Amino acid sequence: MIEAVGLTKRYGDKTAVYNLSFQVRPGSVTGFLGPNGSGKSTTMRMILGLDNPSSGQVTIGGYPYRKLPNAPRQVGALLDAKAVHGGRHARNHLLCLAQLSGIPARRVDEVLGVVGLQDVAKKRSKGFSLGMGQRLGIAAALLGDPQVLLFDEPVNGLDPEGILWVRNLMKSLAAEGRTVFVSSHLMSEMAVTADHLIVIGRGQLLADMSVRDFISHNSADFARVRTPETEPQQREKLTAALTEAGGQVLPEQDGALRVMGLPLPRISDLAHSADVRLWELSPHQASLEEAYMRMTQGAVDYRSTIDQRAGLQQELPPGAMPPPQMPVPGQGQPGWYAPPPPQQGGQPFAMPQAQPPAGPPAGPYGAPAGPGAGEPNPYAQPAGAAPAAAPAQPSSAAPDLTKPEEAR
Amino acid sequence: MSTPQHQMQQQAAPAPNWQGTPGTSYTSPIPITRTHLGHALASEWTKIKSVRSTMWTLGVFVLLVVGIGFLVAAQTTNEDFTDVPYTIPAFFGLILGQICLITLGVLVVSSEYGTGMIRTTFTASPQRYRVLTAKLMIFFVVAFVVSALSIGVVGLITSGMHGGSSDNEWGGTVLMGALYVSLLGVLALAVGSMLRHSAGAITTMLGVVLVPAILPAFLLMSESMRTIGEKMMEYNAPNALARIFQLDNDNGNGSSQLVLLVGVTAAAIAGAYALLEKRDV
Repeated sequence: MIEAVGLTKRYGDKTAVYNLSFQVRPGSVTGFLGPNGSGKSTTMRMILGLDNPSSGQVTIGGYPYRKLPNAPRQVGALLDAKAVHGGRHARNHLLCLAQLSGIPARRVDEVLGVVGLQDVAKKRSKGFSLGMGQRLGIAAALLGDPQVLLFDEPVNGLDPEGILWVRNLMKSLAAEGRTVFVSSHLMSEMAVTADHLIVIGRGQLLADMSVRDFISHNSADFARVRTPETEPQQREKLTAALTEAGGQVLPEQDGALRVMGLPLPRISDLAHSADVRLWELSPHQASLEEAYMRMTQGAVDYRSTIDQRAGLQQELPPGAMPPPQMPVPGQGQPGWYAPPPPQQGGQPFAMPQAQPPAGPPAGPYGAPAGPGAGEPNPYAQPAGAAPAAAPAQPSSAAPDLTKPEEAR
Repeated sequence: MSTPQHQMQQQAAPAPNWQGTPGTSYTSPIPITRTHLGHALASEWTKIKSVRSTMWTLGVFVLLVVGIGFLVAAQTTNEDFTDVPYTIPAFFGLILGQICLITLGVLVVSSEYGTGMIRTTFTASPQRYRVLTAKLMIFFVVAFVVSALSIGVVGLITSGMHGGSSDNEWGGTVLMGALYVSLLGVLALAVGSMLRHSAGAITTMLGVVLVPAILPAFLLMSESMRTIGEKMMEYNAPNALARIFQLDNDNGNGSSQLVLLVGVTAAAIAGAYALLEKRDV
């Protein structure tokens, strides 16, 4: 059981973690997600008593880490795969940690076997690949056979076999009743590993819910319905019928309809009773990764921009047209990953709440937005604050979250 | 210990969920040992002997002290040792060799900061003072034993080559010489713990050793600085070693210089402990 209450960490005037409160419970894998620089590792270090919080506190089993009796036997951690003295054998590295924690030396050989490094136990860790380093770090975390385990990006650098192994290891550790807290920025990995998710962005809590809830609340499921293009009146007829039945219907650019709030058989039945033929009726489920991207897009600190190559291009001959700039996914257009769920307008992402009135669509899917500066982050508002139905104005968007950051 | 338990009960109350199912708590079959300084000492001993930098710095130290000592002993005659101890050839090697011990002292702690290993160490032992204590003790014992053996070997070689020409007692110079260079290494360890940076700490220590040996040449030129210059000349590290080995036996046996070094080292260690507990790792 890890419990953080109002955890805040400032480095000078930069706030790395702000007012973070969460609980990590035993018996399940808890994923800790956030973009680069969102404060995951800082939080992990504060849990382990390595960094002192500026305010707030974090406890493990009721104790701050540095007051925990027999700490290495209760908590194991992998913080950084490269945090070993490269000149030391893998076995000696683990041995000195075991001796420090009062763990018998034969346990070292056990964990070397568990992570599959027994053949390189006498090799200096300088020559280890990143994946081998991760395995060594996991071995160090498992050394004390602890009740609470923390892993910071454990699958970085692992091969597919290793990723599968880590995934199963986490699950089996949790199944034994341990508390497993895993940070990652790989949503897809967390979707299959974790039972519970804690999502942070810019050091603040964005979501704290089970994976199942996260999926149901944050992925925008819809059905795509296409009527014969030759008969536009059929399309209007169907739209009216579906709206009457309680569905939300939005036209797509290519003439199809995006229908939300109605199951597929019901759409088919309605179309049949309205005497409309369908050319397409297909289910679409936004991936969890997409939902995560959408949730964190306003909290990304390090965003790539389009490479302008300013001044480096050759002069075009007079009269020639410059080649059209095709937008690249994810570059310089924050809206790319985030087809805003049309029925939600500017709805904050996190917790389930009352449906807002359906606003106008925030924009066509994937349309190039501005260069990103000042883009509102509709998801970063504190959960529960009722947003404006219309998309938030860029200047007034999300004042609460960004305040501690803007102050720097 | 009553306060944390009280806290635990307080915090458990609003969150009954996690304790709800009694089967969800894991207990390790490995018996739990209450850790103490002995564990940290064993760990630091494993650490110091399992890296090559230890072998390199100590190897070079032994080579310098014994090698230069042997060369000096070979170049001297029996008459040179009539009123000086047989260990005096070790002095010339120690002047260079002390830098090896300083380097090792710094590396013992700063290499952990440089690699990030310190986070793993302090996770395994949240009692940071215990780790630093173990480092100081293990390093001091290793440095003292190695330097005492090296100086002793030089004394034996010299007395073997120029035997019988003097009945000067030289056992004390072995211990005091070894103590002086080992304390310099311990000072380096404390500085390394405060600065956390190998190059920075080694440079600082070289300054501590060399600047008081060089600066008096300039300070003595000025009338107002003369006393400071003279003190520096008297207490700098090479001169202290010269006193210990009775290079000029009119000026005592270097015990006041040794006392000064003990004081400086104690202050640095106190600073290292104070910073260790407060700072983020």
